Amino acid sequence: MIQISPHAEAALTCTLDERSLYLRRLVLGSVRSAGRGHVGPALSLIEMVRVLYDDVLRIDPNNPRDPNRDRAILSKGHGCLALYALLADRGFFPLSELDGFCGPDSILGGHPEYGMVPGVEASTGALGHGLSIGVGLALAARMRGRTYRTFVLLGDGEINEGSVWEAAMGAAKHGLDNLVALIDYNKLQSYGPTDYVLPLEPLADKWRSFGFAVQELNGHDVGALRTVLKQVPAVPGKPTAIICHTVKGKGLPAAESNADWHHKNKLTDSELDAIRVAVGDF
Amino acid sequence: MRNTAMNMVHKLATRDERVLYIGSDPGAGTLRAMSKEFPKRHLIEGISEAHIIGMSAGLAMEGFVPYVNTIATFLTRRCYEQVAVDLCLHNLQVRLIANGGGLVYAPLGPTHQAIEDIAIMRALPNMTVVCPCDADEAARLMEQTLDWTGPIYIRLGKGGDAVVSKAEHGFEIGKAILMRPPGDVVMVTTGIMLQRALAAADLLAAQGIRAGILHMHTVKPLDTEALLQAIRGTKLVATLEEHVPSGGLGSAVAEALIDKLGSGLPAMLRLSLPDRFMHNYGSQDSLLKKHGLSASAIATSIERALAASHTSSPQLHST
Repeated sequence: MIQISPHAEAALTCTLDERSLYLRRLVLGSVRSAGRGHVGPALSLIEMVRVLYDDVLRIDPNNPRDPNRDRAILSKGHGCLALYALLADRGFFPLSELDGFCGPDSILGGHPEYGMVPGVEASTGALGHGLSIGVGLALAARMRGRTYRTFVLLGDGEINEGSVWEAAMGAAKHGLDNLVALIDYNKLQSYGPTDYVLPLEPLADKWRSFGFAVQELNGHDVGALRTVLKQVPAVPGKPTAIICHTVKGKGLPAAESNADWHHKNKLTDSELDAIRVAVGDF
Repeated sequence: MRNTAMNMVHKLATRDERVLYIGSDPGAGTLRAMSKEFPKRHLIEGISEAHIIGMSAGLAMEGFVPYVNTIATFLTRRCYEQVAVDLCLHNLQVRLIANGGGLVYAPLGPTHQAIEDIAIMRALPNMTVVCPCDADEAARLMEQTLDWTGPIYIRLGKGGDAVVSKAEHGFEIGKAILMRPPGDVVMVTTGIMLQRALAAADLLAAQGIRAGILHMHTVKPLDTEALLQAIRGTKLVATLEEHVPSGGLGSAVAEALIDKLGSGLPAMLRLSLPDRFMHNYGSQDSLLKKHGLSASAIATSIERALAASHTSSPQLHST
């Protein structure tokens, strides 16, 4: 059984501020326009992406290829609606693009593509790739004497993949303290609970034993995210893993902790009503 | 061939600071001299091929040119999704140096025999696939790998293969080399099948059969122009490969001929390994011989196919 972390309980009960609600309106607007999308995985991720792009990453939307920019990779590419909302809001591309999500001429696909979407560092969607790429980026920074940091956002289901643990060993071997893994621990993957599909606990101990400095927090607590992310590396000489306890579908009551909302490819009228009730008639 | 390719990585690293060597768990002492001269650019990352490919992608995104090296089967089968997504989709300058292409590791059994690597690598958009025939050609190839766009799969032979390539032929990725002028038959080879084709051509000459040889060291992109020129007027096109019949050189040549010639196809003979895993050991040479890829067996197959082509309309033959 999963030990109930106080951070997990806090994630369930915490309220969302106006900016978090606004970002959810952007995400759900894309979902409504396209009639599809990975809803739950995006909604659990929003505060993690928000704090990264609002408060942590040294990035310039007008110079998205700046060699000194911080790198962020959304390894759980299916959470892309959250990333798209932040990138549009931060000016990497017009907000109007969000309405074209998954359309034939859109730059915004169901998984993010490098070269298509300004601000996207790597094409993801196949799981278990991002941390290895992040290791390469972080190692390159060290070899080139650059000060940029690399942040990789992983899903909890994603870390079923063995390649993630290969990458973790590699990151620890090189002592990459310029690398941060954020785990969106919403405890629900496509089929159902992570504890049922492939138990992850003791998750913090796993990352610790793989050589990471580990932090745990409520992944919807913007203040806690800011505090922890501004203090990386948590331990000099070690890569950092931040386990973010979240709620799948957070902010959309019908979708919260509901595996049925992992992915929708046809929204019913009642589901559209649920979105409207949750975030307003936008 | 392998030592030459490895030493070339060191040589390239000497003159270009972008060059990295990344091995999984290679033999003791692999590129020791490079590890001493450039310890930070000689990386041994463990038996974690999926991770190594992703990490190489990250390094290539930052302008490095990683040369990733391990046994061919592990560099293709184990990490195929990483090769497809991280390298090919991003079109990154990562070089995959595959030890033991084909049946080099014959005594070690089917887990170590790369018999379908050409097929699965050439199926990937943006991937270049090169199979040098000997150490000298491997060196000429490596010289060209620094600035070639996109990923390259380099299928190495055993080492100690007879040197038959010639400096005067030059080497350009994607440009086939005409080793013998076209005759009654044109053999199209890749990798170490060139040596066998040369020997087979001598045997055929003794029978009064003129055999041309087009060495297609680069299977992708295929040099269709050289192929069409070489087969003009010939009675038979024979492809030779140390690979299963599906998807390799024979398939690439057949596809190109169908695309370019439509209905006017020449008679064709595809000589390859069978469509099955090898459950015999021995040596590369003994397995090739067992499956009809010795020089004499190649010559005999070609003689028979030529005889058949005299009595039937042009058609595709398969082993």
